[in-house]
Amino acid sequence: MTHPKETWWVALIEVGVIINLVMVAFAYTTWLERKVLGRMQRRFGPNRAGPFGLLQPIADLVKLIRKESFFPASAHEIPYILAPILSTFTALAAFAVIPWGKGWTVHGYYIPGVVSNLPISLILIFALGSIGIYGYIVGGWASDSKYAILGSMRTCAQLVSYEVSLALSVLGVVLMGQSLNLVDIVDKQQTTVWFFIPQFVGLCVFLLGGIAETSRPPFDLPEADTELVAGYHTEYSGMRWGLFQMAEYINMIVLSSLAVTLFFGGWHFPWVPSLDKFGPIWFCLKLAILVNAFIWLRASQPRLRYDQLMRFGWKILLPAATINALVTALLVVWVK
Amino acid sequence: MAQVVPNTLKGFGVTLKQVFKKPLTQQYPEYKHPVYPRFRGRHRLHVHANGLEKCVGCSLCAAACPSDCIRVVAAENTPENRVSAGERYARIYEINLSRCIFCGYCELACPFDAITLGNDFEISEYNRDDLIYDKEMLLKEPVKKVPVADRSLYDTPIPYYRSHS
Repeated sequence: MTHPKETWWVALIEVGVIINLVMVAFAYTTWLERKVLGRMQRRFGPNRAGPFGLLQPIADLVKLIRKESFFPASAHEIPYILAPILSTFTALAAFAVIPWGKGWTVHGYYIPGVVSNLPISLILIFALGSIGIYGYIVGGWASDSKYAILGSMRTCAQLVSYEVSLALSVLGVVLMGQSLNLVDIVDKQQTTVWFFIPQFVGLCVFLLGGIAETSRPPFDLPEADTELVAGYHTEYSGMRWGLFQMAEYINMIVLSSLAVTLFFGGWHFPWVPSLDKFGPIWFCLKLAILVNAFIWLRASQPRLRYDQLMRFGWKILLPAATINALVTALLVVWVK
Repeated sequence: MAQVVPNTLKGFGVTLKQVFKKPLTQQYPEYKHPVYPRFRGRHRLHVHANGLEKCVGCSLCAAACPSDCIRVVAAENTPENRVSAGERYARIYEINLSRCIFCGYCELACPFDAITLGNDFEISEYNRDDLIYDKEMLLKEPVKKVPVADRSLYDTPIPYYRSHS
């Protein structure tokens, strides 16, 4: 057997497939969320468009695209239009480095299990997440509305606070995996143990910080549907609003896939190595479980007050993440 | 502080329990919940058993109407063209249902029980003009009917105009 060829256009096709799959995943996450929330509140959720309301995301998309994109007269045009695009772009781009399979050889061409196998892919994801925050800040500021700017200030404060603990919480995984490359971390977990067992504190901090980072309930202070207007996207409507919404949901999916990758063995199936060739299936299953947990959390817990949010972030999560990283570092050195 | 974690988990348990129960939603267009027997819906104009209209065109309903949505134009009955039992009849009788608040004052004001409020509430239209009901529409049986709950379930008196007409 000849050595499989690696070509640039395979990655290009993969990019197209992944982006479209993520978009579909986003659309059906909204459907799933409405459905599960509905059942948890003893309602049906969407059930009119198609069987089980399965065409609902498509109907929503058509509605959003056809809707008038209201444009405030005093808005700063270019940042106003670019902000949602930026947020969506960074959310989608993060998927380039998440491994979802082992890699296959088809007709002599090698198809890798990740679009781009970077040595610092974990840092890239956090960097993209931080750039995505600019979308929220700029969007709120460019709308030239006091509600939008107040909302974007809240978002900004929350995201910056929780990003610290989020980044610190994965430090333990990086120390144990001896790499910043997500592919290496996944492989390391298969040879040792899935990191959610030794890094349980890290997982808890990561999930809590991640929920706050994606501003999902109960940390949805930036939007707070019941008490604020709508936060940073007050002045947005139509598909521009849809893009912000898309960024939020895709961030949630990215975060869940990152949790799967870092703590739950990525695309591996436990104990049975021969099943690893169905990597994407296990990856999607784990992802679906986590996304459902996010929705479950939304249905169950009330929103935090702003001071509680800040206190929780700085006084509980940050020390917990720091101590976890320190203890892990000491143990890694000591075991060696 | 020690209660935070168990209480949080309890919250998760409460929501998870609901998933396995049947939703309480009534699926409206397929299932129409029976309305209360005295529910005030779309109006009806009535006729006597011999076919003559009960309305005599006195305009008391229009005078009683707080939202001013009834228009009555009366004309004299003649021996060749007898429409109502009285001296005059309503040549034009229109109710603008886009303005009507379904208070039932017209029903109370009517001396001949010619107008009553029925039970039907499915009267939305795509066009405002379609909501102006003229005399013919009000005299006819309503096209869309809604189920009405059994009167015996409720301790409600039968109105005079229903028992004596």
